[in-house]
Amino acid sequence: MANALIHAPKTAKRGEVIEIKALILHPMETGFRPGTNGRIIPRNIIERFSADWNGEEVFALKMSPAIAANPFVSFFVVADRSGTVKFRWSGDNDFLVEEQVAIAVE
Amino acid sequence: MTTSRRCFLAGAAVALLPITSARATPADMEAAIREVTGGATLREGPVALDIPPLVENGNTVPLTVSVKSPMTAEDHVKAIHVFNEKNPQPHVFNATLGPRNGKAVVSTRIKLADTQQIAAVVETSRGEFWTARAEVIVTIAACLEEVN
Amino acid sequence: MRRLRTFLVLAGVFVASLALAQGDPRRSSYQDMGPALQKMQDDDSANPGMLFVQAGEEAWNAKAGSADKACADCHAAGSMKGVAARYPAFAKESGKPVDLEGRINLCRTEHQKAEALAAESKELLQLTAYVARQSKGEPIAPPDDERLDPLRAQGETLWKQRQGQLNLSCASCHDANAGKKLAGATIPQAHPTGYPIYRLEWQTLGSLKRRLRNCMIGMRVEPYAYDAPEYLALEAFLMKRAQGLIDDAPAVRP
Repeated sequence: MANALIHAPKTAKRGEVIEIKALILHPMETGFRPGTNGRIIPRNIIERFSADWNGEEVFALKMSPAIAANPFVSFFVVADRSGTVKFRWSGDNDFLVEEQVAIAVE
Repeated sequence: MTTSRRCFLAGAAVALLPITSARATPADMEAAIREVTGGATLREGPVALDIPPLVENGNTVPLTVSVKSPMTAEDHVKAIHVFNEKNPQPHVFNATLGPRNGKAVVSTRIKLADTQQIAAVVETSRGEFWTARAEVIVTIAACLEEVN
Repeated sequence: MRRLRTFLVLAGVFVASLALAQGDPRRSSYQDMGPALQKMQDDDSANPGMLFVQAGEEAWNAKAGSADKACADCHAAGSMKGVAARYPAFAKESGKPVDLEGRINLCRTEHQKAEALAAESKELLQLTAYVARQSKGEPIAPPDDERLDPLRAQGETLWKQRQGQLNLSCASCHDANAGKKLAGATIPQAHPTGYPIYRLEWQTLGSLKRRLRNCMIGMRVEPYAYDAPEYLALEAFLMKRAQGLIDDAPAVRP
């Protein structure tokens, strides 16, 4: 995981509501800032973040240029069965990062 | 006093440089909210918008939206939309939620160009729209970096 | 992770109470931040500096240079604890004092036979962040090495010297007016306990040298050339001035 940090519990009890935190390196250039030559630096942002639990989307975040650089998001999910949680960030300039964690639910 | 005023002016002169681009207005924010609600009535609901009232830097402002909801199939939060008044555009984020979340609590970090109001609009599975607003004072560090 | 966090909170409280108890008037810049930023720094899952620490750990373990050695090949696990808290220090290889970034580059050129990493580059910042992180919670411990005395004395002179268009010295704000407000921001005492820092203004991680250049620009002083020796003198002085304060790298600062 070179560019992203995921914090999720490795195990959970069935029905437990767990917090998942995701942090990723990205400049989130708004497209509103002038550069040193006075011209606007082109927009370069992550537009969408999503989390799938065993293939079912459980959370999605549509980001705008108003999200801070190196975006952080925290959300909650009910741990109903063991599985793989897949995370996906996509955005400008064909940005695409996918990460996953395994969570064991007893 | 003279010292701080001088350094402030120096810092402010540099700080003002990037903030000359177009700005949204409170009317733009209300228009963006109406796009989401379709004109439906916005009620004050069990929504908490947790954001520091005064921030040291507008580049990274922590924000949490929490909604009290049973998050069942029949009654849950479908989406949380956040808007701003004075950034160049009025949107901040849209979060898609459902019964799989258990808790309708979303945290992230946002950019605020200036002291302004933030509005959260919550959409429920029953077609209700709830809202909460917060005012944030944005300060800047006194000694900034020139843009090269 | 929760245990670590609890420890850190307690460590912070301990330091604060220790300082009060002994009448130490010094404050870390951490204490001048609001609770939201302190929380961002303390939470490893939210501190953006940790992205650099993670990448730095990968770099630490990766083979590099014509010697095909990783940092980990020479430095045993846990051996970096307290190291960052002791820099700037004298380097055997060059016979001169270096800061942590300089030390890392000496290892690269002399031992890994690799190219030095560019100043303020992501690669250098990642490694610096990883090494500095191993000193988190340790007291700043400048070496008891008299060879550093002239450097520290030069740093102190620079610190107190009025310069630039506003005729301010570093001491004008950070000694004489620390704790007061400047343009809505609290003036810190400027102890560099948390470097490399994730500065919100930069929206990325950066070194103490970068921050010192920002200070000079803010003071309306022509900043020293990027490779000027003055920065090292100031760093050496500042770390001596911060002796005993707790290292909190990678820190979050506005």
